[in-house]
Amino acid sequence: MNFDFDLIIRSFPLLLMGAGVTVQISALSVGFGLLIGMFVGMARLSTLWPVKTLAALYVDFIRGTPLLVQIFLIYFALPLVVGQRIDPFIAAITACSVNSGAYVAEIFRAGIQSIDKGQMEAGRSLGMTWAQTMRYIILPQAFKRIIPPLGNEFIAMLKDSSLVSVIGFEELTRRGQLIIARTYGSFEIWLTVAFIYLVMTFTISRLVDYLERRYKTDDKH
Amino acid sequence: MSKKLIALSVLVIFVMALGLAGCGQSSKPAEQPKAAVLKVGSDTAFAPFEFQDEKSKEYVGFDMDLIKAIGKQLGMEVQVQSMNFDGLIPALEAGNIDATISAMTITEERAKKVNFTKPYYKSGLSMVVKADNNTLQSFKDLEGKSIAVQIGTTGSEEAKKIKDAKIREFNTAPEAFMELKAGGVDAVVNDLPVNEYYIAQAGGKDAKIVGEPLTSEDYGIATSKKSTELVDKLNTALDELKKNGEYEKIYVKWFGKKPPQ
Repeated sequence: MNFDFDLIIRSFPLLLMGAGVTVQISALSVGFGLLIGMFVGMARLSTLWPVKTLAALYVDFIRGTPLLVQIFLIYFALPLVVGQRIDPFIAAITACSVNSGAYVAEIFRAGIQSIDKGQMEAGRSLGMTWAQTMRYIILPQAFKRIIPPLGNEFIAMLKDSSLVSVIGFEELTRRGQLIIARTYGSFEIWLTVAFIYLVMTFTISRLVDYLERRYKTDDKH
Repeated sequence: MSKKLIALSVLVIFVMALGLAGCGQSSKPAEQPKAAVLKVGSDTAFAPFEFQDEKSKEYVGFDMDLIKAIGKQLGMEVQVQSMNFDGLIPALEAGNIDATISAMTITEERAKKVNFTKPYYKSGLSMVVKADNNTLQSFKDLEGKSIAVQIGTTGSEEAKKIKDAKIREFNTAPEAFMELKAGGVDAVVNDLPVNEYYIAQAGGKDAKIVGEPLTSEDYGIATSKKSTELVDKLNTALDELKKNGEYEKIYVKWFGKKPPQ
């Protein structure tokens, strides 16, 4: 086993480019996922049964199937139905956003349910509508509570985004694969790829800790 | 209380570690000599060389029949392990498999990493375009076009040499063909027999092969650099199969013609 350190040095810029793409996909997907998740999470608590059922179906389908299969469905199967080719970047973002949305929906639902029922009643008795109470009273409190699980979701997405390598989309894992296909330096490259992922996830978890602490101090008034 | 807990957990971990270490030693060599196993890696999505049969769920194809015949010659039991093409050489180096038979072209670059047997099949690279495409006639026309290839293959290397071409790399050959069908690329560059098989089986309406084969390539069985013993054995078996007509039988079965002399 000879360790080719030079290979790491030579491949590092390429891998970093891939890492940039990984961060981009994860941030966009969790961003869209937040939007989807917030509305689906509230829909799951709706009293209208069609809304509730649809939201539940979406969450169950996404959480009950592997992300890899979802990516294949969107990239290779959907074009046959639509009759229109899907760009790999769009496919990757769509698959990851839809996937993230289902998980975020559950986080939101739990967060909203964790707020005391009295808060909603108080809002309503002040003459606010259900939507107003949600927007001005419940969601801000819920949001504070769900920062840690959202941070976890971002970290999970960052790691899971490696799956979009299967559609030839060049994020960090794919870059590693491509370099190994050319140089066969699997040990050196996978070690470096793992290290880059670790740096990214570690940074995010520190950031989440910081946000959590900042919001905690707000409560001390 | 907590001290007791810590002591207890240390003890538990210690016992588990002991148990694991024990497991390592207790695996005695089997008493009766079993047939030696030859672990062979293959990218089993590469018809007609290796693919999964619809009915029997077995891996079949020219390579599979050949390696089974070789195993019979050597009195070894062949176990096929399916993996992605670009993972084959790393798996050989890591010792996860003993050999690979996967329509792998013998190249200088690869020969630095693994030992190859004598060539067992003559091939070359060809290009596939959409059936209604009449502007792309040969490899020269691919300049500035987008091409789907399979990661780690000679097709991918050759495609990268084409001026201004946009290369999209996929894990398996079928995925590259799907990309062409969906209109994501202008052409696929891959091994001629695989392209021919795709056109014959599935892609006849959608795609066609154009131009002359770009290269002349030889496929070889690869083994680890660590020992030359296995390569010698495989070569002997190959020679024997070519002599006794078994090789020709397998060749005719999969390609419908006799091997070139």
